[in-house]
Amino acid sequence: MSSEIAVQCRRVRKEFGNGAGKVMALRGVDLDVRYGAMTLLVGPSGCGKTTLLSVIAGLLNSNGGEVKVLGEQVERLPGGQQILFRRKNLGFVFQQYNLLPALTAAENAAVPLLTTGTPRRKAVRKAKHLLATLGMGERANALPKQLSGGQQQRVALARALIHEPRLLVCDEPTASLDAETGHAVMELLAAEAVRPDRAVIVVTHDNRIFSFADTIARMDDGRIVSVESARRNGDRAE
Amino acid sequence: MNFVALKMLTGDRAKYLGLVFTIAFCTFLLENQSSIFAGIMKRTGSQIADVTDAEIWVMDPKTEYFEQTKALKDTDLTRVRGVEGVEWAVKLFKGNPVARTLNGKFDVSICLGLDDATLAGAPRKMLLGSWERLREPDSVVIDKAGYVLLFPDEPLQLDRTLELNDHKATIVGISDASAPFASYPVMHTRYSQAVNFVGRERTQLSFVLVRPQPGGDPLELSQRIEKHTGLRARTSDQFRWDCVLYYLRHTGIPLNFGITIAIALIVGVVVAGQTFYIFTIENLKQFGALKAIGVTNWRITGMIMLQALTVGAMGFSLGSGMCAAFFAITLNNLPTRGMVLMWQNAIGTGVAILFVVILASLISIRRVLVLEPAEVFRG
Repeated sequence: MSSEIAVQCRRVRKEFGNGAGKVMALRGVDLDVRYGAMTLLVGPSGCGKTTLLSVIAGLLNSNGGEVKVLGEQVERLPGGQQILFRRKNLGFVFQQYNLLPALTAAENAAVPLLTTGTPRRKAVRKAKHLLATLGMGERANALPKQLSGGQQQRVALARALIHEPRLLVCDEPTASLDAETGHAVMELLAAEAVRPDRAVIVVTHDNRIFSFADTIARMDDGRIVSVESARRNGDRAE
Repeated sequence: MNFVALKMLTGDRAKYLGLVFTIAFCTFLLENQSSIFAGIMKRTGSQIADVTDAEIWVMDPKTEYFEQTKALKDTDLTRVRGVEGVEWAVKLFKGNPVARTLNGKFDVSICLGLDDATLAGAPRKMLLGSWERLREPDSVVIDKAGYVLLFPDEPLQLDRTLELNDHKATIVGISDASAPFASYPVMHTRYSQAVNFVGRERTQLSFVLVRPQPGGDPLELSQRIEKHTGLRARTSDQFRWDCVLYYLRHTGIPLNFGITIAIALIVGVVVAGQTFYIFTIENLKQFGALKAIGVTNWRITGMIMLQALTVGAMGFSLGSGMCAAFFAITLNNLPTRGMVLMWQNAIGTGVAILFVVILASLISIRRVLVLEPAEVFRG
């Protein structure tokens, strides 16, 4: 049912450059991302995963096709409203964490609330509570440089979830982590992020985390080549 | 988000302190040099400012500044006195006799001959002795700096004798006269005596000092004097500015100071701009993440401006403090006496520093504004 679809892509195209240097990054992508599920976008490097994620997140505009995110054609919104839409509805987890080095873990996690004008104390209090849920309660006052990679990714996860977004986009969240830490982060992501009213998209080429997916969309050369439903924790349904 | 901006700024302590001290030294240099320049220019009118009795100076029509005098006719004094609105007018002589002490030390001096009857124009700030003693024969009042120049390492003492162009003179007072442009001793004496010190010429009258009647407008009166006598009449303020402008136009002083000030500005802009730019570039990924999260360009511009203004305010305060301390230390040194940090210089420097930090931040802001938030996904 379309009401269960959080993200709907139809014939989405994206080109970079022009003339002889033109590169077709997306060549008519069709994809549905469901609420309450973790969708993995997988494929070899340069196949267009990150470009598709950027288009879905409203960070890049497509050159054709239609992208509906949470029922809204975000690309058609004026610039300011696009940013507000993103601020309110989207959470981001980046490969390199991108935490602000001068802020503590709790302050970093509180940033999305601060952007909406939430008073600092209130935002940091909520961030500390969320960090405790993610097993980082004792490290809430630590600076990023005092945290391990896995801990930093947990802080990034807290930052992505603190404003309770309806769509979480994660770009290679385990790429900078060892296998054990990556697994732990994915467990946390699956347990804390996936909810009935939220969709989670994870771009990855780390096949060790495929077992966490509800859906795996494989990309190659700018196209979705297959979409497989899967049962989490390794039991593939089909 | 202001909190985030300030934490980002102070988080990298080395760059933060580097920026603050760059602005501080830029401020110090700008305030210091502009204040010394203003102080030197102010000195060109010191002897005019020290005359507090009269408000108008009358001189030869071709006179452009204090040091340049052409003697008036004695009858000119009478003509000025005849102008309506003049309460009194007295003569003033200015000459440059050589002062020589008994131990052979000598220097050219600025000798001001005051009206014998009224002593109008006598120095009012006396450190030792009394200007009223100028009525005594061969008496002079010398300024402290001149005394120290002629009697180095000796205590201030009255009734010492010296020679002015081979005429004996007795020191009856030591004044705190404002520092002249050239570091010559400033001597005050009676008019009749001064002309003897310098040597007889056909005419000696350098200036006529005029006091308007109570309630009279000095500017209006000076215009009336010019109209009736054909002489040049300037209010004290006008004459001081004439001196300043003369030196500005005819010496290399403004160019010298201008070069220093320009270098301070350029170095300030380049170093602060470069450091701030590097600081921003190093935070580019974080700014990209903020843009992706939903922070608007306006907000990011505000954050960078806040960082720049904070650094500017701290650097300016520190630099102004350093400059004020410098002048507090040097205020009582004879060569630098009267040089102070003027509020006009502080405000001017503040505006220049604002320009420096805004320019520095604009370069950085541009880099952040053109940053595509999608860049944040590229590792």
